[in-house]
Amino acid sequence: MKSLRFSKNWLYIPLVGMAIFYLIPMYVMLITGFKAFDEIDLKTMWDLPRGIAFDNYVEAFSKLSPSLWNSFAMVIPATLISSALGSLNGFILAKWKFRGSDVIFPFILFGMFIPYQSILIPLVQFMNAAGITGLPGLAMAHIIYGIPITTLTFRNYYASLPQELLEAAKMDGASMLGIYRYILLPISLPSFVVVLIWQFTSAWNDFLFAVVLTGNTDWPITVALNNMAGSQIIAWNVQMAGSLLAALPTLLVYIFLGRYFLRGLLAGSLKG
Amino acid sequence: MSKDKDRVLNIILVSPSILAVLIFVYGFIAWSVRVSLSRWKGLTPDYTWNRFNNYIELFQDLRFAVDVRNTLIFTGVFVIGSLLLGFLLAVMLDQGLRGEGFFRSLFLFPMAISYIVTGVVWRWLMNPAMGSRMSGFNLLFANLGLDSLVNAWHTTPQWGMAAIALAAIWQMSGYTMALYLAGLRAIPQELKEAARIDGASEVQIYRHIMIPLLSPVTLSALIILGHMSLKVFDLIVAIAGKQLALDVPAIYMWQATFDGQFYGRGAAIGILLLLSVAVLIVPYIRYTLRTETEQ
Repeated sequence: MKSLRFSKNWLYIPLVGMAIFYLIPMYVMLITGFKAFDEIDLKTMWDLPRGIAFDNYVEAFSKLSPSLWNSFAMVIPATLISSALGSLNGFILAKWKFRGSDVIFPFILFGMFIPYQSILIPLVQFMNAAGITGLPGLAMAHIIYGIPITTLTFRNYYASLPQELLEAAKMDGASMLGIYRYILLPISLPSFVVVLIWQFTSAWNDFLFAVVLTGNTDWPITVALNNMAGSQIIAWNVQMAGSLLAALPTLLVYIFLGRYFLRGLLAGSLKG
Repeated sequence: MSKDKDRVLNIILVSPSILAVLIFVYGFIAWSVRVSLSRWKGLTPDYTWNRFNNYIELFQDLRFAVDVRNTLIFTGVFVIGSLLLGFLLAVMLDQGLRGEGFFRSLFLFPMAISYIVTGVVWRWLMNPAMGSRMSGFNLLFANLGLDSLVNAWHTTPQWGMAAIALAAIWQMSGYTMALYLAGLRAIPQELKEAARIDGASEVQIYRHIMIPLLSPVTLSALIILGHMSLKVFDLIVAIAGKQLALDVPAIYMWQATFDGQFYGRGAAIGILLLLSVAVLIVPYIRYTLRTETEQ
């Protein structure tokens, strides 16, 4: 037994090696951000900063702050609305089977896997014709294309609850909406956290919808960061600091709510 | 009476979402198909029938041939790399070591970051400049005396896509690890114990018991990763911009449509992408829902 435990400890060597691999990009983003402008040199990019300076973050923030606010303004309503819709749909599809509800469900599911290139031209045409441009149009796209995953997550959760819970409430004369409001909603918090995190992350990180639906005054952060990285004028150190600013909101969510993030991830592959 | 009322209410509540998905997914796919069969090239829509000419032109198009080749290289490296790495990480974390939770969180955090951020950072890490302008990984290798590892990364002729797949592996292998770890935890410990008592070595246990039992997980991971690599877009845009050598169908679609106003061709690429994804995903959804009802 002793020799077994000893041999297991050797596993820390590859594990720490892999940890370094995963942390390298974070290391470069962080140390570059904290260097003063006069310390910036590609030759010393792997060296630790001499002190703590904020030049790069200040510069990156001044360039990116409008698009950071754009992202928040678009992501927050998109996340809330698509989660609320998902909860309602999931409830109805899980508990009140109507004719054809089983047929519809796989069709809704397929919607979360499609390559959006196959609907991009109609989407842009439709939004322009309807006059829903810029951030509201982008939020609307995230809401509608978010419905499949939010519906799936809530359906799976509600379907796992004992049917007796609902039968008892029905006996007591509760209406369908009453059951939803007073029985299911209060115990849905964990699912809401999963779905809110998932929607927040995917809308914040999206690039494709953003790049075709917004113009340069309402670019969200991903588009602004990509354009900043593509320009020759803005130095790489500012790009590194900007990358960290763009990653920070979703990283913080992950650090504090990682457990729920993982559950959303597994739901996204139908493995929830 | 109230049952009927509930049924009506159900339909009223759920139908806006279902209608929205039907229109924005299936209606728009049909609309894209229509565009792909048209002559539309230019700013004003033109729905004149063009038979399958946009598709036929694509199959004769050298750029599209490069795209298909690039997608195959990317898919091969990305899927195999993520599966192997994810599996190894999961097996190591399944040994009950201290600090397991810490390592698990660490390997998974890149999933929370956007492909754009990953791309912008990896672009500098994989900077191909040589000599006095050397930086990134190449500089690190040179400083460590590993000069033989210094390479041109994504600017390597023919195989540049493999370097981009490396950044994608960094981002997605933690996800494969999570899938495998969930699969490993679902296997009863008694199976392992029994094999050990029968004198099987740890390697044999994995080779003959665990890996076969994990094959449903491998299949899911294969499909999910495979369909992701068909759709790869942001990561390449952020690392390489719109270089022809690193072109993929998703970028070609974007450029043909929104830079070149060649809507007919853009729609055709979009539909071909959809078909390739559907080949993987439709059986997957059927399989998942069937096993769900059997349980």
